[in-house]
Amino acid sequence: MRKIKELVIEKSLLTSALVTIAITFGIIAVLAFEAFQFFTEVSIVDFFTDTQWTPLFTDKHYGILPLLSGTFLTSFIAISVALPVGLSISIYLSEYAPKSFRKTVKPLLELLAAVPSVVYGFFALIVVTPFLQQFIPGLAGFNSLSAGIVMGIMIIPFVSSISEDALYAVPKDLKEASYGMGATKLQTAFKVVVPAASSGIIVSIILAISRAIGETMIVAIAAGQQPRLTLDPTVPVETITAFIVQVSLGDVQHGSIEYRTIFAAGITLFVLTFLLNTLSYRIRKKYQEKYE
Amino acid sequence: MNNIQKNRLKDQLFKFWGIACTLFGLILLSIFIGDILIDGIRRIDWAFLTDLPSRKAEKSGIYTALMGSIWILVLTTLIAFPMGVAAGVYLEEYNKKNRLSAILEINISNLAGVPSIIYGLLGLEVFVRIMGLGASVLAGALTLSLLILPIIIVATREAINAVPKSIRDASYALGASKWQTIWNQVIPASGGGILTGVILALSRAVGETAPLIVVGALAYVPFAPSNPMDEFSVLPIQIFNWISRPQHGFIENAAAAIIILLLITFIMNGIAVYFRNKWQKKWK
Repeated sequence: MRKIKELVIEKSLLTSALVTIAITFGIIAVLAFEAFQFFTEVSIVDFFTDTQWTPLFTDKHYGILPLLSGTFLTSFIAISVALPVGLSISIYLSEYAPKSFRKTVKPLLELLAAVPSVVYGFFALIVVTPFLQQFIPGLAGFNSLSAGIVMGIMIIPFVSSISEDALYAVPKDLKEASYGMGATKLQTAFKVVVPAASSGIIVSIILAISRAIGETMIVAIAAGQQPRLTLDPTVPVETITAFIVQVSLGDVQHGSIEYRTIFAAGITLFVLTFLLNTLSYRIRKKYQEKYE
Repeated sequence: MNNIQKNRLKDQLFKFWGIACTLFGLILLSIFIGDILIDGIRRIDWAFLTDLPSRKAEKSGIYTALMGSIWILVLTTLIAFPMGVAAGVYLEEYNKKNRLSAILEINISNLAGVPSIIYGLLGLEVFVRIMGLGASVLAGALTLSLLILPIIIVATREAINAVPKSIRDASYALGASKWQTIWNQVIPASGGGILTGVILALSRAVGETAPLIVVGALAYVPFAPSNPMDEFSVLPIQIFNWISRPQHGFIENAAAAIIILLLITFIMNGIAVYFRNKWQKKWK
C-alpha cells in the first residue's frame, strides 16, 4: 500500500516537471505553425530583404529588417549603459567595498530589476525624454535613445549580480599572489580577477542582451510605433516586441494575415533569444567545471 | 609622481568611480520615484481605489484593474505554486543525475530566458483559442503561471539543495519513507527559501503587462471580474492605457496608479527578503 502511494506521488511530481518540456514544445509548435501559415502567403526572401514593414497598411510590405533594426538599436543603447556601469559595480562590490556596504547595496540593486517595466516606460516617456530634449533639440517625443537608456538602467542588476558572482568565485590564492607582487587592487582586479572570471562576465553580458531584445513595455511606450530602418537614436522606431503589442491592442481576426504576422515576428524574436540563451548556458556549464 | 604613486592614484580613482556607478542606478530610481510621488500622490484617495474607469480623468478609478490584478494573483498562485514546487522537489529529490534530468535542467534554464511576450503568444493560441477560454482571467492566470514556473522551480531547487543531508538520514533511520521524509522534513526545512522564491515570482507576475495584452486583457472593463471566465484588466495595463493618452489628467492618474503598483511590488519584495533572512539564519 505504502509502495503504491509512494509511486503515485513520484509520478505526479514527475508530471509537474514534464510540464516544463510541454511548455517548450508548445511555444515551438505554436510559433512554427502560425509562422508556417504566414510564409505560405509571404515569401521568406521578402521577409528578410524587404526594407519596409507595413502589414497594417493597404500597401502591405512584410520586411522584418526595420523591426530588427529597432530592436538592435534600443538593445545596443541599453547595453552601452548597463555594461560599463554594471561591470564597474561588480568589480567595486567584489574587490573594494566593505562587507556591510555590499550587504545593504545588493538587495537595493535588485530592486532596480523588480520595478515593473511599464513603470520604466513611464519614466522614459514622461521624465527622460523631456529632460534630454533640453540638450538634444531634434529629439522626437518617441525615440530609441530614452527607451534604450532606461532599459539599460533596468538591466544593470543583471550584469552586476552575475558578474559579481563570477568575480567572487575566483580563488583567493590568485589574488593573494598578485597582491604579493605589489599590485594594487585595481591592477589585481583588471589583470587577474577579471580575466579569470571572463566566462562568467561574458555570460552576464549575453543574458543582458537577450533580456534587452525581449523587453517590451519600455519600448512600446517610449520608442514609438513606426517601423523604420535607421540607426538614428533620436527618431521613433518600432521593435519586434512593440509591434506584437501594437497588433494585440487592436481587434485582429484570428486566422487573418495580420494575426499571423505577430507569430512570424514572435518566432524571429524567439530564435534570437534562444540562440543567446543556449550560448550562455554552454559557457556557464564549461566554466562551472573549471572551478569545481 | 613615480609609478607607485600613479598606480595608487588610479586605484583611488577607480574606487570613487565604482561608488559612483553603484549609486547611479539607485539615485536615478529615487529621482523617478520622487517625480512620480509629486505627480500622483494628490490623486490617491479612497475614491481613486474604488471608482470604476471613466472617460473623464478626474472621475476615473482603478477599482476594476486592482480587482483584476488580485484575481490574477490568486489564480496564478493556485496554479503555479503547487506545480512549481512539485517539479522542483522531483528534480532535486528523485531525479538526481540521468539523461532526463539533464534535459529538464537545460530546458528550464532556457525557459527562464524566453521573453515574456512569447508566453503571451503561447497563451493566446493555446488557452484563448484552442481551449476556448477567451480573454478571461483564467487564460491570463494560466499564461502567467507558465511564465513564472521556471523561477519557482529554480528557487525550490536551491532551497531544497541547502537542506543538510543529515536531516534526511535521520528521518530514514526512523523508518520514514521517501515521501514522508520529503513532506515532513525537507519541505518544512526549506519552506522559507521556497516562499521567498514564490513571492518574488508572484511579484513579477503582478507587474507583467505584455503577455496579458497579447492574451487579450482589456484596457477598459466596466466591471470587476466575478468569476474566472470574466474579462479583465490589470493595474499595469490600466497604467499603460493612461500613459498613452495625451490629456494631462490621465498622466496624473498613471502616476497615482504606479504608486499603488510599486507599493504592492515593494511590499512583496520586502516580505520575500524577510523570509530569506530568517531562513538563512536557521542553517548558519
